[in-house]
Amino acid sequence: MSKLESKIPEGPIETKWSKYKSSVPLVNPSNKRNLEILIVGSGLAGASAAASLAELGYKVKVFCFQDSPRRAHSIAAQGGINAAKNYQNDGDSTYRLFYDTIKGGDYRAREGNVHRLAEVSSSIIDQCVAQGVPFAREYGGLLSNRSFGGTQVQRTFYAAGQTGQQLLLGAYSAMERQVGMGTVQMFARHEMLDLVTIDGKARGIIAKNLVTGELERYFGHAVLLCSGGYGNVFYLSTNAMGANVTAIWRAHKQGAVMGNPCFTQIHPTCIPVSGDHQSKLTLMSESLRNDGRIWVPIKQGDDRSPNDIPEEERDYYLERRYPAFGNLVPRDVASRAAKERCDAGFGVGPSKMAVYLDFKFNMMRYGRVEASKQGLPNATDEEILKLGKEVIKEKYGNLFDMYKQITGDNPYEASMRIYPAVHYTMGGLWVDYDLMTTVPGLYCLGEANFSDHGANRLGASALMQGLADGYYVIPYTIGAYLSKEIATKAIDTNHPAFVESEQRVQKVLDTLLNIKGTKTVESFHKRLGKIMWDKCGMARNEKGLKEAIVEIQALRKEYWSDLRIPGVQHEFNPELDRAFRVADFLELGELMCIDALNRHESCGGHFREESQTEEGEALRDDENFAYVSVWDYKGESQWELFKEELKFENIKIAQRSYK
Amino acid sequence: MSHGSMKINLKVWRQKNAQAKGNFEDHIVNEVSPDMSFLEMIDVLNESIVNKGDEPIAFDHDCREGICGTCSLYINGRPHGPLEGVTTCQLHMRSFNDGDTITVEPWRAKAFPVVRDLVVDRSAFDRIIAAGGYISVNTGNAQDANCLPINKEDADDAFMSASCIGCGACVAACKNASAMLFVAAKVSQLAKLPQGQPERYTRVASMVAQMDKEGFGACTNTGACSAECPKEISLTNIAQLNRDYMRAKFLENA
Amino acid sequence: MSWFTQTLTSTLGKKMVMGITGLFLMLFLMVHCGVNALVFFPDDGEMFNKAAHFMGTNFFIRLGEVVLFLGLIWHVLQSVRVTLTNAKARPEGYAKFVNSSPWYSRSMGLLGTLILIFLIIHLAHFWVKSRITGLEEIEVDGVLMDSLYAKMVDTFSILWVVILYVLAMISLAYHLLHGFQSAFQTFGINHKKYTPLIQIAGIIYSILIPLLFAAMPIVMYLRGY
Repeated sequence: MSKLESKIPEGPIETKWSKYKSSVPLVNPSNKRNLEILIVGSGLAGASAAASLAELGYKVKVFCFQDSPRRAHSIAAQGGINAAKNYQNDGDSTYRLFYDTIKGGDYRAREGNVHRLAEVSSSIIDQCVAQGVPFAREYGGLLSNRSFGGTQVQRTFYAAGQTGQQLLLGAYSAMERQVGMGTVQMFARHEMLDLVTIDGKARGIIAKNLVTGELERYFGHAVLLCSGGYGNVFYLSTNAMGANVTAIWRAHKQGAVMGNPCFTQIHPTCIPVSGDHQSKLTLMSESLRNDGRIWVPIKQGDDRSPNDIPEEERDYYLERRYPAFGNLVPRDVASRAAKERCDAGFGVGPSKMAVYLDFKFNMMRYGRVEASKQGLPNATDEEILKLGKEVIKEKYGNLFDMYKQITGDNPYEASMRIYPAVHYTMGGLWVDYDLMTTVPGLYCLGEANFSDHGANRLGASALMQGLADGYYVIPYTIGAYLSKEIATKAIDTNHPAFVESEQRVQKVLDTLLNIKGTKTVESFHKRLGKIMWDKCGMARNEKGLKEAIVEIQALRKEYWSDLRIPGVQHEFNPELDRAFRVADFLELGELMCIDALNRHESCGGHFREESQTEEGEALRDDENFAYVSVWDYKGESQWELFKEELKFENIKIAQRSYK
Repeated sequence: MSHGSMKINLKVWRQKNAQAKGNFEDHIVNEVSPDMSFLEMIDVLNESIVNKGDEPIAFDHDCREGICGTCSLYINGRPHGPLEGVTTCQLHMRSFNDGDTITVEPWRAKAFPVVRDLVVDRSAFDRIIAAGGYISVNTGNAQDANCLPINKEDADDAFMSASCIGCGACVAACKNASAMLFVAAKVSQLAKLPQGQPERYTRVASMVAQMDKEGFGACTNTGACSAECPKEISLTNIAQLNRDYMRAKFLENA
Repeated sequence: MSWFTQTLTSTLGKKMVMGITGLFLMLFLMVHCGVNALVFFPDDGEMFNKAAHFMGTNFFIRLGEVVLFLGLIWHVLQSVRVTLTNAKARPEGYAKFVNSSPWYSRSMGLLGTLILIFLIIHLAHFWVKSRITGLEEIEVDGVLMDSLYAKMVDTFSILWVVILYVLAMISLAYHLLHGFQSAFQTFGINHKKYTPLIQIAGIIYSILIPLLFAAMPIVMYLRGY
């Protein structure tokens, strides 16, 4: 790669996208029918792109490793989706959403992309409602909103604690409709293991049929990677077990550069780790912070049950430190504050690595409203609490049940215990304004790309971005490329590039199966996760990162000499599939540490201990680091750094404050 | 590595592939912690199986937070195990006792052929959705989201139906391996919303036709599906399906 | 296939046939039970014989009888088809199966078969005799008619017959307990406000009708004893 071109259209920010849309080249319908698009991943980005592109007339093939496209991990998003509808009349606007997102991302995102995201956000809600997504409603029949972190307006649309599920099922059914019409072909239990490029352009993929173990070749005029985030590099995360980096990592090794790989979101409200058997962490939606107050005891090592600790002995530290936003500070701020309290010895629970999230205050508040509505002016506190519990149950019932199921404790009776956990990766494949990577014809959408969230994503914005990319951006931007490809006939998959690519994958599979060592994939993954969490997690420093790089290299060496995989390739063999994914995580982990080491500033989710204010807040260095770190793969452990300068023309860059 | 002190005897269904004949295999899992999820217990077992050089037990799982619908498992004669309203991934070992013998089988239905061990193929569900489980609205066609007010109760009901995770427990639990609850949940969700009205009757007719084609059994109203549904989808959905189907067939042109 | 046969052969259609024939048979049971309950009148069966005579000679009722038989046969044949379809839907069963539905809802086939066997015996006892081979006649109000009452007294003087009838009515009760509300569910009649009512009506119906039927042989046996 020689030069990064972000291709942001000229002109004022408000008109960039509309001007782009009216000038981007189009593909006529009869040509669309001859153009094939491969989509890897069937989450919000993948499914919405598949549906929209097929509706336009393109021939689409979709691949997912799960047994059904409806399983993609977007389904687990709980709290909601943002949109600048201003239905609440509380001062929201496209500009505010744009501003909040840039500020929330600690000024490390591209203005052009983010403004476009804010512009299309409203249409997403319209589209979803038209698809039958049952968003929460008020008694008058209109849509309900709630607030999320990092904002002072109510712009989050939701469906109880299952917003991701409802949005995904909407996109999934739109896609299945096209499957029924024959315009989308679905390949479930298929995992992309390599990208095929011909003359520098993306022309197809090699996918493994996970049931038969067969390697299969697929041609496409363009390839869309919508494969989600790579939080599982940490082993323990809120991601689904199967979520992995392989699709984008394989593309990275074929020339697509990575942007800001170290930007990881640690979500403040997750259920704490209970033991070393733990396979994953569970998120408690950020929406709980609407009605929950976070606190720790004022006294260190206070072992009393939370209900026995009186008000005056509680430290509501977020409200204390950030009076303006209180419990609704952005995720990175809330997470670091929790870590700070626990490190200082105020943590609670058996591990002392947890803080309390308490609902009693708001249960009482809701209870009083209910009592008044039901005409019970003399209700006792107990009755009010009971009424309040009902309200909380209606809003968050499924989350409370989940908490109870996992911990065995009843959150209606005592404060929840929570602790931050890896949740989302802002980094990913670098893309330009068209969402195209540095490999022509290769696009990257949703969490898999690096684009919109800077160094920290605001709550309820992941769903917004996934659907914006799939429904409203790619259908336009892909025309810019495909309009020049109408003369390209479908390439036979016996082309040498396909053969070579398949051989490359086959070699990796053979090598993995032939190590016949002594340790399981799981054990390596756990060890990698521990290195990453300890040294490239919530707080990072030069010494730790340097150590981590050496440790990961050593672990990788051990992996390729002492791994044990049972069975053979040509069968349903989840251990082998996982081994391939972990092999890629072992390379990604190193790059994340290199990136974190290079970024000698704190911003958003990336906290370098060397760079903080006296009060312990993240300290940015705009003079030296107002850029996207872009890494080009040059061979094992070798990357070349490129910098995409970030220009802020519409927002005054400032130290972020939520106080 | 020690996790806890429970000992569990497992009787697990093993089957190499769809064509192979399967059989039960006995395993003992020691040092099980009550805080482990059922799947984490199998993880621990699998780890030891791989360490012995054998092939681990294949089972479907992904989100492990009860929402993706990937996990299945017929545990001690019940889909998703003994608890109500809980998926296998959210079932914890504290629901069992030290020394228990637990039988684990795959979903059994002609329409859900076994892929391997405890993994089955549920793509029939996708095909049923592809047959009509949607509202035909192309991207970009939508009017403002607040143009059509929807009675809160209807919206909530639609949401309750829409909370189906497509795991297939209803089929697994039904003595007839009927997919009625799954189909009904989607039909009812869309039937309760104004957006779903234009295709309401063609939808139900095509979804039922596809359901029959897939080889699911007929509903005999025993109610086992709803009783075992991890999302507690109600039988009223099936009544709605029946109602809409009759109307579609006898009064509408579907 | 026409839309009609195609509808009735779908899984939902088959159920609709079961439901509609079932409801029809339930209506018949009510009439049958009502007429037969006249035996409880202490008039040595006079009123009952008159009613039976009317039922046996009225043209429309006889026509209804044909429809009834057709309905019964359809109900039985359709149940066989549904059972076969359902058996095919799960070729390999579970080693361990805990039931979360009432046993009788899962045993409609078995209960139905028991009822069918009983029905054949019951028809041989009464229907064949009254319609084909003939019964002892008596004169009431100057009209000559079959004394079905005498036949009943005669039949129910045998203890095993009484026991058989009582057992059959227990099967019928359970069959109805599921069948009644299942039919309503099949027709989509399920409503927050009315379903509890239907359920209660179903329970009352399913207990009352078989109880009255069972009481007849018992009472007659005891009277004769």
